[in-house]
Amino acid sequence: MSTGLPVLPEQRLAQLVANYGRDIARRRRQSLVALAVVVVLIALAGHYGEVELGKLLHHLSGLTSYFGRIMPHLRPDHLTDDIADWYWGFGGWLKLLFDTILIAYLSTLAGMVGAGLLACFAAENLAPNPVVRWLVKRLFEFCRTVPDLVFALLFVSAFGLGPLAGILAISIHTFGTLGKLYTEAVESIDMNPVEGVRSAGGRFVDTVRYAALPQVLPNIASYTLLRFEINVRASSIVGFVGAGGIGQDLFVAIRKFYYTDVSAILLMIIVTVSLIDVLTERIRHHVAPVENVT
Amino acid sequence: MRVRHAIVTGDPAAVLARHQDLLARPWQQRLGNIGFPVGIVALTIFSVWWLDISFAQIGPGLAELGKFIALMIPPSTGGHLRLFLQAMVETLAIAFLGTLIAAVLAIPLALLAAENTSPSRVLRFAIRRVLDVIRGIDTLIWALVFVGVVGLGPFAGILAIAVSDTGGFGKLFSEAIEATRGRERETIVASGGTNWLGIRFGVLPQVLPIIAGQILYFFESNTRSATIIGIVGAGGIGLQLSEQIRTYDFDRVAFIVLMILVAVATIDWISGKLRFAIIGRRPIRN
Repeated sequence: MSTGLPVLPEQRLAQLVANYGRDIARRRRQSLVALAVVVVLIALAGHYGEVELGKLLHHLSGLTSYFGRIMPHLRPDHLTDDIADWYWGFGGWLKLLFDTILIAYLSTLAGMVGAGLLACFAAENLAPNPVVRWLVKRLFEFCRTVPDLVFALLFVSAFGLGPLAGILAISIHTFGTLGKLYTEAVESIDMNPVEGVRSAGGRFVDTVRYAALPQVLPNIASYTLLRFEINVRASSIVGFVGAGGIGQDLFVAIRKFYYTDVSAILLMIIVTVSLIDVLTERIRHHVAPVENVT
Repeated sequence: MRVRHAIVTGDPAAVLARHQDLLARPWQQRLGNIGFPVGIVALTIFSVWWLDISFAQIGPGLAELGKFIALMIPPSTGGHLRLFLQAMVETLAIAFLGTLIAAVLAIPLALLAAENTSPSRVLRFAIRRVLDVIRGIDTLIWALVFVGVVGLGPFAGILAIAVSDTGGFGKLFSEAIEATRGRERETIVASGGTNWLGIRFGVLPQVLPIIAGQILYFFESNTRSATIIGIVGAGGIGLQLSEQIRTYDFDRVAFIVLMILVAVATIDWISGKLRFAIIGRRPIRN
């Protein structure tokens, strides 16, 4: 009894090998074309981006020494004194950090209220008027595409330096992003309750309150908490243009080369942001199992 | 039908009175329903007081803003079209090179940081923490740091995006690698391939489409970031934008903002098409 592998006829084998070769060659050609396109783009981008490798190599030591310099000088035998020295501005920074969180809170709240009020006018299944719907959708799009820092710059010119400009800027951005997410959440609801309320004579407001809201509330809570996390990061940056929060001290520290201050403030920001992330993630899991919101 | 009829004919008030314990909500829920909004309002009032926001500021500010908007119409280049276009191209160049460098740096780091491909637990832990710290620092902060190190200009912007995205990519790529099936790799190792060959032909083909999708997605979002890093002097359209805002040339500001909107929409559209061609309509984990 022979147990050898079945051998295909010579002709069929040759055909298979030829087919395989052709397929591989085609894929290689495609990869080469893609690679060529990328290389051309790199060359173009390098030209317009003023990339100079010599400059990079020249500054590489500067970069490593920069990170060396922002590190605090901590000696084991003077540890407490050194830490006190490193965090000389702890009280002031802590207050600014608290400001930052409150800025994030107020702008999340404002953005949430605005987005919540308008989302039902933008959702395909509830919108009472297609023209209004189109307008609201474009408004959301505009508010989330213009970077919040651009709004912050404008508002600092209009309202003066301080947290108000930052709050308004982040609110507008939040309004745009949350508006889109809320609209999508409303569009994916079960329509039976909506029909029920309508057939019982409910008006638009009743439909929203009794048919849509109960279904989307967990999603809304989850999206909003996630946005709060993002806004804490954003509000630690708006200070760069004078719109309040810890950003202004960080900006000064980096610009004026107060090396150890940079690491001290950065560490505080990183710790705060991670704490808030952990906290809101807990709450999010508690409120609703919505995962991976982008 | 008869049962339902019987309930309806009963005196509603009497029925309610009889089943009060069923209708009443538990006290925790009632407390929450009152306490939650009260807490939100209280925190809001406290925040406004703490941040010293005066409502008197809002009226004149809005009037000022109205003036700005009036000045924005019609948008105009002010004869600087060439300059603005050049800055926009620079912005795209920053986003493109930054994303690409980040991806190239992140792939080996991700292989070292993923549970199933990392050669050592200690190395894995260390790399993950480094990636966490890098990710925790915003692109704009990196931009400011690199402006201090390599000087003003787009090069600082490229480096800022490259470094800050290495953190994001490293995490996403290593998660993608951890989510691969192990069978292909085991087959290769079992038939005599080295560990490296197992990764090359067993793991990478599974993750490359996902990685490509993520790179395109980051390129989209970096186009947005690259428009603002110019505000701190790291090149691109942001520099022009902040200049025009500072000099109150709001017609030019409007023009630049419109240009950014068009560029971002175009990039989104192109990269959306490419992403769809590579991975289909799968959501990108972020």
